[in-house]
Amino acid sequence: MTELSQVNAPIYEALRRFRRMRVVPFDVPGHKRGRGNMELTEFLGEDCMNVDVNSMKPLDNLCHPVSVIKDAEMLAAQAFGAANAFFMVGGTTSAVQSMIMYACKEGDKIIMPRNVHRSAINALILTGAVPVYVNPDVNKQLGIALGMSVSQVEQAIRENPDAKAIMVNNPTYYGICSDLRRITELAHAHGMLVLVDEAHGTHFYFGENFPVTAMAAGADIASVSMHKSGGSLTQSSFLLMGEHVNADYMRQVINLTQTTSASYLLLSSLDISRKRLALSGKEIFAQTVEMAEYARSEINDIGGYYAYSRELINGDSIYDFDVSKLSVFTLPVGLAGIEVYDLLRDEYDIQIEFGDIGNILAYISVGDRKRDIERLISAMSEIKRRFGRTGADMLSHEYIAPVVSEAPRKAFYADKVSVPLGESAGKVCTEFVMCYPPGIPILAPGELITKEIIEYIRYAKEKGCQMTGTEDINIERLNVLA
Amino acid sequence: MELWFTERHTPNVKFSIKVDHQLYSGNSEFQRIDVFDSKEFGRFLTLDGYMMLTEKDEFIYHEMITHVPMAVHPEPRNILVIGAGDGGVVRELTRYPSVESIDLVEIDELVVEVSKKFLPTTACRLDDERVHIYYEDGVKFIRRCEDKYDVIIVDSTDPFGPGEGLFTKEFYGSCFKALREDGIMVNQHESPFYAEDAAAMQRSHKRIVESFPISRVYQAHIPTYPSGHWLFGFASKKYHPVRDYEPTKWSMLGIKTKYYNTKLHCGAFALPNYVEEMLRDVE
Repeated sequence: MTELSQVNAPIYEALRRFRRMRVVPFDVPGHKRGRGNMELTEFLGEDCMNVDVNSMKPLDNLCHPVSVIKDAEMLAAQAFGAANAFFMVGGTTSAVQSMIMYACKEGDKIIMPRNVHRSAINALILTGAVPVYVNPDVNKQLGIALGMSVSQVEQAIRENPDAKAIMVNNPTYYGICSDLRRITELAHAHGMLVLVDEAHGTHFYFGENFPVTAMAAGADIASVSMHKSGGSLTQSSFLLMGEHVNADYMRQVINLTQTTSASYLLLSSLDISRKRLALSGKEIFAQTVEMAEYARSEINDIGGYYAYSRELINGDSIYDFDVSKLSVFTLPVGLAGIEVYDLLRDEYDIQIEFGDIGNILAYISVGDRKRDIERLISAMSEIKRRFGRTGADMLSHEYIAPVVSEAPRKAFYADKVSVPLGESAGKVCTEFVMCYPPGIPILAPGELITKEIIEYIRYAKEKGCQMTGTEDINIERLNVLA
Repeated sequence: MELWFTERHTPNVKFSIKVDHQLYSGNSEFQRIDVFDSKEFGRFLTLDGYMMLTEKDEFIYHEMITHVPMAVHPEPRNILVIGAGDGGVVRELTRYPSVESIDLVEIDELVVEVSKKFLPTTACRLDDERVHIYYEDGVKFIRRCEDKYDVIIVDSTDPFGPGEGLFTKEFYGSCFKALREDGIMVNQHESPFYAEDAAAMQRSHKRIVESFPISRVYQAHIPTYPSGHWLFGFASKKYHPVRDYEPTKWSMLGIKTKYYNTKLHCGAFALPNYVEEMLRDVE
């Protein structure tokens, strides 16, 4: 057998071989290559239905890979510079949860920034691990949470020498990076694992001149959303491991919650996308950056809007910046980010990634065309002309430091009562409240509800943010500790 | 031997012209460009296989997209033309002595080069000293213009491909901003006849109505475009295309035309009932 290299895509190749074999299916899925559900087949296409198949000998099994999936995972590990890599089919959420479940058991401490994705706090509920929050620095002007400052991490380690791991969010949704190398050195010097939520950093591994990757920085485990900048199908991700991580134990951890019927559509999309990035990632991301830089300079030219970039770098909590991100501060034109987000869609048929109180994020990728970038810029110019206000009363803060009263797991499972939002101040929340996207909690289970938080929730609702997390779908009531 | 150019007007309708010989075929950064010669229509230009103009019927399109706004505006001096690399609109515009400058914004330089070489009937006035050609995306060009033009003519291709951006609300809004307080914008408005064209027509009408206080639609008969029934949009900040129209004033200019005349100007705004209804649906 010839040796595998990055031009191979073992799962994809196995599926193509399998299709030619024309095997008669007396197994699941019951749609039987689409014939049993013609409307769906017409919608998704025959080619797609044909490879929606079950695990079997020629196609390997994600729960216990021994052949093509094992090969594909080996190639992925090589491509990302990791010791091992796993294909994940439950989104990066499942990867983040697996990292934490690997590192912590009940009662273990984990140091993390508070502006993590909900998946990380969910993992705390599942494991019973206790968070030690490092409050992120906040950029007062933009109202966004930044990276972790090294001195804050040092302090957290000093105060919690028994912590098992440090989790870093790198880059943030807005493109901001922490000093990953230094944090990793510190953590390792104190015997702690370094877990990196690298959901927004796939391209760092393949493009040039990007911030350092988790694997290159020596971190132990990283979760990478291949479906974000990597081009694979939604819900597919990679879990990357350094050499000191026991990959076989990690597989057992993953199998606690992972499906036993992993979708080959997702698996093949990961395989093909890895091959594509390994072979031509440099050019792909050079193009992406060029488009983002162009859009940034044109948007800054409109006036009012501030499309920020590397000038924010401060050597610590903004150690580096991902220039492929197009984050724009909108408050100077008198509009909340979420308002610009809604106007772009409702008035101009342009859907961007998210808008929060003060910012919007337009996701730029190799799939974008120059002419669509021109549309986005023109639409923003028009929004300023038609809807811009001056001196509007805008709430600017985006990050409120939480007061943790109980461990998330304890609060989530505790006896609780539902109270109206307005009467909840001073009580301990037992559920999440967040705007989605970005999915970073305003309140997490176990946190004290304050007047400031209530005001923020009301403001975000009024501006049209999509709020999620609570049992009451309208977020008029909150569950609190009884 | 028979060689035919065929364009699909719908998945079930084809339109064919017998080709005498092909004069040019090439690919630019944006599209494929072809020029053919034919017995029936003379030379014709296609972009990505879609008919742009033929020597035989281009006068209808170019006269109607140009003279209608030029005759309504009392003193059009600064004109912006977007698209139109074939030069047909510019040819008509240069016949007005009041015009001081014509900015032509064409995304594809090769279209202009090919037109100059193979389509002298339309490209003949591109060298007029009042004409300034910018090879740029029209959406980008107009973003920076404010209170600058009396008339804007949007001679776009179809609402897919490189011309897509010229059918968007952000573009129409930018045109509004780029016009003076009594400015007029005229655009190629697709056809009301086949379902897909009609949907594009309604979509762009809706966006124009939302961007301009006065927005009317007029028609012409163009044999080589799908269904032959074609529309133009007339969007304006101040002047109504019929009520503010002074036919004698235009006649005094002594411009000789083959299709356009002062009676037809008013008549072109009278639309069939089904078209009126489609427009009303989105107004």
